[in-house]
Amino acid sequence: MTRTFLGLPVRRGARTLPDDVARPGGHGTSASAGRASDAFGDVPHPDAPLRWGDAFPDAARVALQNTQLRRNLAHATSTIRTKRAAVVGEVPDWEALRDAGSAIKTDVMARLPELLEELERNVVARGGVVHWARDADEANRIVADLVKAKGVDEVVKVKSMATQEIGLNEALAAEGIAAYETDLAELIVQLADDMPSHILVPAIHRNRAEIREIFLARMGDAPPDLSDVPRELAMAARAHLRRKFLSAKVAISGANFGVADTGTLTVVESEGNGRMCLTLPETLITVMGIEKVVPTYTDLEVFLQLLPRSSTGERMNPYTSLWTGVTPGDGPQEFHLVLLDNGRTDVLADEVGRAALHCIRCSACLNVCPVYERVGGHAYGSVYPGPIGAILTPQLTKASGGLSGHDDPNASLPYASTLCGACYEVCPVKIDIPSILVELRAREVDADRGRPTGWGAAMKAASFVMSDARRFRLAGKAAGLGRVVAGSKGRISTLPPPASGWTRSRDLPAPAQQTFRDWWRDRPADAPRTEGGEGR
Amino acid sequence: MRIALTATCLGDVMFPQAPRATALLLERLGHEVFFPERQACCGQMHVNTGYLDEAVPVVRNHVEAFSPVLDGEWDAIVVPSGSCTGSVRHQQGMVCRRAGLDDLARTADAVAAKTYELSELLVDVLGVTDVGAYFPHRVTYHPTCHSLRMLHVGDKPLRLLRAVEGIDLVELPAAESCCGFGGTFALKNAETSTAMLADKMTHVKATGAEVLTAGDASCLMHIGGGLSRIRAGVRTLHLAEVLASTKDAPAPVGAGTADGSAR
Repeated sequence: MTRTFLGLPVRRGARTLPDDVARPGGHGTSASAGRASDAFGDVPHPDAPLRWGDAFPDAARVALQNTQLRRNLAHATSTIRTKRAAVVGEVPDWEALRDAGSAIKTDVMARLPELLEELERNVVARGGVVHWARDADEANRIVADLVKAKGVDEVVKVKSMATQEIGLNEALAAEGIAAYETDLAELIVQLADDMPSHILVPAIHRNRAEIREIFLARMGDAPPDLSDVPRELAMAARAHLRRKFLSAKVAISGANFGVADTGTLTVVESEGNGRMCLTLPETLITVMGIEKVVPTYTDLEVFLQLLPRSSTGERMNPYTSLWTGVTPGDGPQEFHLVLLDNGRTDVLADEVGRAALHCIRCSACLNVCPVYERVGGHAYGSVYPGPIGAILTPQLTKASGGLSGHDDPNASLPYASTLCGACYEVCPVKIDIPSILVELRAREVDADRGRPTGWGAAMKAASFVMSDARRFRLAGKAAGLGRVVAGSKGRISTLPPPASGWTRSRDLPAPAQQTFRDWWRDRPADAPRTEGGEGR
Repeated sequence: MRIALTATCLGDVMFPQAPRATALLLERLGHEVFFPERQACCGQMHVNTGYLDEAVPVVRNHVEAFSPVLDGEWDAIVVPSGSCTGSVRHQQGMVCRRAGLDDLARTADAVAAKTYELSELLVDVLGVTDVGAYFPHRVTYHPTCHSLRMLHVGDKPLRLLRAVEGIDLVELPAAESCCGFGGTFALKNAETSTAMLADKMTHVKATGAEVLTAGDASCLMHIGGGLSRIRAGVRTLHLAEVLASTKDAPAPVGAGTADGSAR
């Protein structure tokens, strides 16, 4: 892997930023490598945005050691959790809204082909052009060709998960096209040559001191006396981006919703950068996952209540942009909609797993997840981290990359959860993430059955013992031998692998001297109706 | 009332004091307790680890052990565990149906409908919150994830604890956050599990409680194992043990291994 002057590995496609975003020292020199060389941490630079890095337990082990990350995440997630709880709590019909959101999405999945064709008809009728992309390569090719046809080598972008998923920026860079992220957090990530670690707040792993460092080192036109006061940081980004908004001929966006019966596209955002991108350039290209279609305009009523409260913890997001095709003399005069599959129809074909396609990318599940809170987004090795990523990523990639079973790092994702259920509780469209995690675990186990494993052998043995009371009673007696290991102190502090995973940080009490079963059996018929006494 | 007791596999072998206290408590309240000897395990460990085929015989054994409830042998089934109750109620039917065993699935669902977690049985079915317990200690309560979010027991355990004579019940900060156990998660993702455990122990310690109680022996094994390792001086007791404690027969606190181990 080649490295930049800053000592960071080069992201696939490299040079996502053009030369006029000057970096100190410039490419290929080491003049000012000193100060900033390690400032931005060890960031992943994937070849595949849905599958990078080590399997989850190993990636998590590294992340857990990053004290700055732990503190940033704990602060950010607890703040947003509190905000969300407050604004959700004030909606009297929140549960009914969730039910409605779930019902609409279930309906969409049941008749996705006809809804997409309806969307296409209505977009075309209003002057738009619709493109169908089977996978990331096709989508990237379509977008790159559209941009090149306009004769430009730079575009502005609205924050979009779909374009992160397909690695669009890197693909455009390879074609000599610079894509400028205009969402503040996405800009931070892009300037740092980093990867997003959160669906909504891609730079959640950074604090303001780090952001200041990134701006000073990489923005090029940041004020030299820039402080780490959030307002100053935002103003620096604002000045930096304004020029781009005014000069860009082409904008690229994602879409939160695409309305089938009107052909209307929707982007929901907080900063106004989206509104700039969606209205100022002459050409707008929107890349939308096919699952984002909703049947009717009135369905937005449900989702525009569910989404902001679940994601940013706001009653209503500051900017909601809706556009339908092309309006002569107003806004972009050329509109392209790229409908992206990229594994979604495979997920749709799965009776249990398809509910993952209901996701509206609010990221509430990330913010409440106790695992995500500790390890952050990069440990998941996908642009979709957290609980939704743990069910979506392995499903989207199961047929790609020639990896399967235990060879696929994404196979570890369904196990990256304690099944605590916090994600299901907050999901605005009621995706039963824990149940899908269990189902995906079962798929992994079944796919791996040809290979003898320690876990498989242990589970088979346990099944034999635990399905019969006599065998279980004997095993209980055998477990009593553990008292020997425990010794007089009554606790076990060291065990061989894999149980050493337990005893590295926790003791295990000695098994009981007498099992409950034997106590019950030996209990005199006229046993005193009291607790306590012997055997404790 | 005639009540069949599910000891749970972990309760039977590792923490018999939990099912024992459950039996003694219910008998003290005037009910008849039965222990169907055929029982072993509900299958939760297999299910949550993804071994659904291996879970089938375990689930079948559980369902058959408790199916006499459908013939009126007992009025209800009690489980001193939120996660085992959750597995019975939300997973056993699915496991059977996935294996094509629709009849067994229907029986499992019917048995599940008669199955209650301890605080559910006491508050919802038996209609008591003051069980006549005496426990003069500083206690904090951890609401286990499955009791909270799978069963929605709400504040039932806390209402039972508040009614205990002499208790000094203190609120656990960030109580609803998972302790990091997650069954085999504690082994497969041991480091992440430990990070979650560390935060839970910090909150437990901050309460100054002598005793941490919860409705699941498994979560208590996890938090208690961590507290024991750091010699925190906090003991873990199952909710049933606190509720079974009386002036005549107090639950053991102070004596023995008061270093956090559950026994």
